[in-house]
Amino acid sequence: MQFGIFSVSDITSDPVSGHTPSEAERIQATVATARHADEAGLDVFAVGEHHNPPFFDSSPTTLLAAIAAQTRQIQLSTSTTLITTNDPVRIAEDYAMLQHLSQGRLDLMLGRGNTVPVYPWFGKDIRKGVHLALENYNLLHRLWREDVVDWDGEFRTPLQGFTATPRPLDDVPPFVWHGSIRTPEIAEQAAYYGNGFFANNILAPMGHFKPLVDFYRQRFEHYGHGRAQDAFVGLGGQAYIAKRSQDAYKNFRPYFDNNPFGLQMSLEEWASATPTSVGSPQEVIEKTLSFQEIYGDYQRQLWALDTLGLPLAEVLKQIDLLAEEVVPVLRKEMEARRAPGVPSTAPTHAQLVKAKYGDGPVRQPTPNRNRGDNTAGASPYQDGDPSAVAVHPQP
Amino acid sequence: MTTPTAEPRSIIVVTAGVSDPSSTTLLANRLAQKSVDLLGGRGIRAEVSTIELPALVGEIGKASVVGFVGQELQGAIDRLARADAVIAATPVYKADVSGLFKSFLDVLDNDLLIAKPVALVATAGTSRHALVPDERMRPLFAYLRALTIPTSLFAAPEDWAERSLSTRVERAATELAALVESGVTASITDVAWSGYQHTYGSSARPTGAAAELGEIDFDSDLMRLATGG
Repeated sequence: MQFGIFSVSDITSDPVSGHTPSEAERIQATVATARHADEAGLDVFAVGEHHNPPFFDSSPTTLLAAIAAQTRQIQLSTSTTLITTNDPVRIAEDYAMLQHLSQGRLDLMLGRGNTVPVYPWFGKDIRKGVHLALENYNLLHRLWREDVVDWDGEFRTPLQGFTATPRPLDDVPPFVWHGSIRTPEIAEQAAYYGNGFFANNILAPMGHFKPLVDFYRQRFEHYGHGRAQDAFVGLGGQAYIAKRSQDAYKNFRPYFDNNPFGLQMSLEEWASATPTSVGSPQEVIEKTLSFQEIYGDYQRQLWALDTLGLPLAEVLKQIDLLAEEVVPVLRKEMEARRAPGVPSTAPTHAQLVKAKYGDGPVRQPTPNRNRGDNTAGASPYQDGDPSAVAVHPQP
Repeated sequence: MTTPTAEPRSIIVVTAGVSDPSSTTLLANRLAQKSVDLLGGRGIRAEVSTIELPALVGEIGKASVVGFVGQELQGAIDRLARADAVIAATPVYKADVSGLFKSFLDVLDNDLLIAKPVALVATAGTSRHALVPDERMRPLFAYLRALTIPTSLFAAPEDWAERSLSTRVERAATELAALVESGVTASITDVAWSGYQHTYGSSARPTGAAAELGEIDFDSDLMRLATGG
């Protein structure tokens, strides 16, 4: 089981101090948060992608590259990478580069994004959002698995003899999660490819995402990737922890009451009706164990901590409480409850390398001399079969 | 076809009436009672239950603003999903259905009421609003693809003393009971359910939709694209 945190990268005024961090301050605070999570022993740090204020993270690969350079063990991920408005070619390139620089400590989560104006800013149409997500991933999947791609689709210029560089680390693509809260086509695509499926598990009643998760599990089995219970499921959630339950409510209340969602509910009501965990470490543990009961054994739990204007010092304290008092118990308890044979994590880079190569040599793509393009001749890589000539697309 | 041991048919009154007693609810209840009587006369048991929208105002508000559907509201939606007929009743405010009534409809799944018999009921302080059921309510239920009955009920203060209101109630009850008895909803949904547009996770549960994966069309363009294109 992997436990970690995910950030939406919002910049929100602290309702207690009245302080609103600048972009500069919040960006540095996020790097510090990731560093601290790494040192504290959390397994995953994920960050979202947004292209409008008051969010700062328009460039998750740049941010995560800096974090990769300053951390040692933590797995880096996104929450989410926009598969609709980004060119899948750029995603293939940027994330392969990040995978190299982080030495395999990278996976990513793909999402559609639901901010209407963002689509036209990138020349896209939100009414085609699901089409874009599905087609773009189909291309991304191939770009990371085929040295040379010929491709023709609805949403970007065709590719002829295109090679996405660098090739993935050890020629093994990063693991991909598909994030969705209501779209069966996205769950179907995750299942078809044997990728992971993530439900953000926030802003909805407990158990709300179960039908879609179950659908993904059934289809994962249908496509022959394993039993339904072995499918790779990730869940989000939100947490605020204090040693004593009453302090958690007291300290978190001003932040909750200041939420931008227009929730006219008391924190108590919200915490009892939704996956949000507020309380003592024991209460957070119990709430999280209930996710396992509802959704079945799963592989990744991420909490949103650094949101609603919570100051950095408090975020770091939350990480300590999570890492010291919540995660160790959950790790033990959830593994003890896990059914035999169900994977405890989604595949790591090391596992994917092992699965692909066994004990054999690991491919290290090494290019041939530049010859201008890849539309004719053999593979652009030295280990290519010289007799395998790239095929021209038919006009 | 119907035996005395069959499940009773469910007629649900959805009322946005706020006072107690509410003339809106009263008019809806008259129609409900008359419909039950007519069905009973043909050997069909029917039960009436009521969804009082004022009691759900908080949850309807939350669902409207953040999409968070609370337990009570979900319970009401689930009951509507299983209803054999619906009597929809609202007071007229500012020349239209009440905001509460419209907000409730706004949070329903678009396919929840497909082919269900629906009676339209409104009350107002003046007869100048007499066309609200036909000109404001009927299009709402047309959007939801419900089967609205031909006769709508409207009562201004003077109508309560008129014999003609009872006549209209009887006519409407005849229409509603006939549709319930015919089983027309199942006749339509059994055959044509997949032909309507649906949203994943909808609370709609008609007889024609398979329990689990049945509502998902794996043969759509998007599903083909999801599996490699």
